[in-house]
Amino acid sequence: MPSKLKGLFTGLALSASLFAQPAVSADRELLNTSYDIARELFAAYNVHFNQYWEEKTGETLEVSQSHAGSSKQAQAIIQGLKADVATFNQVTDIDILHARGGLIPENWAERLPNNSSPYYSTMAFLVRKGNPKNIQNWDDLIKEDVALVMPNPKTSGNGRYTYLAALGYAQDRFGDDQKKIDSFLQDFLSHVKVFDSGGRGATTTFIEREIGDVLLTFESEVLNLADRYENGEYEVVTPKVSFLAEFPVTWIDEYVKQNKTEDLAKAYLEHLYSEDAQRLLAGFNYRVHNETVKQETSDRFPEVKLLPIDAIAGSWENATKEHFASGGKLDQLQRRR
Amino acid sequence: MNATQSSRHRRVGDSPAIKWLLIGTAVAVAIALLIMPLLVIFVEALGAGWGTLADNLTDQYTLHAIGLTLFVAALTVPLNLVFGTALAWLVTRFRFPGRKLLITLIDIPFAVSPVVAGLLYLLLYGRNGWVGSWLADHDMQLMFSWPGIVMVTVFVTCPFVARELIPLMQQQGSEEEEAGVVLGASGWRIFRTITLPNIKWALIYGVVLTNARAVGEFGAVSVVSGNIRGQTNTLPLHVELLYQDYNIVGAFASASLLAGIAVFTLAVKGFVEWRQTRTLNRLQTEEAA
Repeated sequence: MPSKLKGLFTGLALSASLFAQPAVSADRELLNTSYDIARELFAAYNVHFNQYWEEKTGETLEVSQSHAGSSKQAQAIIQGLKADVATFNQVTDIDILHARGGLIPENWAERLPNNSSPYYSTMAFLVRKGNPKNIQNWDDLIKEDVALVMPNPKTSGNGRYTYLAALGYAQDRFGDDQKKIDSFLQDFLSHVKVFDSGGRGATTTFIEREIGDVLLTFESEVLNLADRYENGEYEVVTPKVSFLAEFPVTWIDEYVKQNKTEDLAKAYLEHLYSEDAQRLLAGFNYRVHNETVKQETSDRFPEVKLLPIDAIAGSWENATKEHFASGGKLDQLQRRR
Repeated sequence: MNATQSSRHRRVGDSPAIKWLLIGTAVAVAIALLIMPLLVIFVEALGAGWGTLADNLTDQYTLHAIGLTLFVAALTVPLNLVFGTALAWLVTRFRFPGRKLLITLIDIPFAVSPVVAGLLYLLLYGRNGWVGSWLADHDMQLMFSWPGIVMVTVFVTCPFVARELIPLMQQQGSEEEEAGVVLGASGWRIFRTITLPNIKWALIYGVVLTNARAVGEFGAVSVVSGNIRGQTNTLPLHVELLYQDYNIVGAFASASLLAGIAVFTLAVKGFVEWRQTRTLNRLQTEEAA
């Protein structure tokens, strides 16, 4: 019996050492936590970065990926998921790492170019074949017989972005005339036929259930959809004014110190700004900052007047309080109709 | 149920029309809700042929998920086997204050939603948790690595063995063991030669259930896993991940593996159940005699 037990424990210890370790062994390891629809993007970038790093330092690299909703990821990092870098799709989720976790400094956004957002996107429209309702800009959305599909701003970041984009357009057009801004937003919201709980759901409503004339969501998603369905079944319309949706990244100071990966984590994020990486990101339908790549892809990404959150609502905190909180502007505008 | 042969009253279901309607409904529901979904898993998994299925199953991350899942089960099952047996022994062989309370407490993991269980562990053992902050200071990490996964799995599955043993051991009573004590046998010997053979089949049944749940647990594990592909992704999490990746064949290939384990478990469970009923029947006839 004891010898058998011993065998059992040795076996367990052996398998523990196997499964506690990453699937592949390499000189160094890095853990990237990311939002849930970025899998393919980072799978491609990791291959690219591994090559770059090995050529530069001779070290082989294993980058592990963790994907979930970016708010869930932020929560996990605060509770001890020892990620070296976070690549999210919402600025507020990285702010939390400082505010509630104390894991990164307050000025994290200033540590990398462009507000620590190596790529960005905006909100755009997907319309049906031939654009029968002739949608060109935001004011076309409130024409009499136009029905809209968008994610619910109450439950999804995607929906909040869309709402803020509409608000930005109204501010840009009506200036200080708050009455006209409110009346436009109210009109806009009354044209929404379905508020889905998330971006994926809205896509399904528009494409599978064939409801609505216009789908409002991320430009990257809209472009993906247009590519996936051939014969111009769907067309992309990019409005003249829209919201600047940033995709912020940061290394996590507390954990890179513990994991001794500071140099690697920084290089991983900095390299996202290199021309090759920017080209790769543009291939996934995100807008990038690199001038050369911008030129190459200008036909895909028409010029848009992009308004950052500061210009539209002051700050994210403000936007949440003023517009999305219970009894906020969004509730008021929807109640009044 | 007593067959009332003497009674001439007609019962609901005596008329063939109603009888067949009920049977038909039951069969239709079983097919629609149980059998079809199970079939779909295998059909989808094989949709692109055996080669693709094999490719998907031998994918590096899938293999790791399979290994991790089996490893977690291999730790969970013995732990709960010992714990469940000790607990059942305690509450059926001894009388002490708080005994009833203890029997109720065993059921807590059944009553609590697994997601909530995962969150509780996170709040306790996470970096900002009561215990977790101490652990973090001493450079120990339980959450977001395999020990955390094992911990929540143990929690979720801990009632199974005890729940199976307690009714049986209550029914069996402790006369045989008392006889052993009178004859001067040691505690270990009593357990090995009297208790264990008596509860063998119930114990195996409990182990089968524990194993099935340990392999398939999603909610609690999802909270504490951290979803790191190739490190903390168990098979159920891997299925979800593949599905969201639009890798439908891969997702169903992994799902078919889980379903295969489930079907195998059912077969073992059926056999053990049959043996157990025999033990119980034998006991009842002995009592009657």
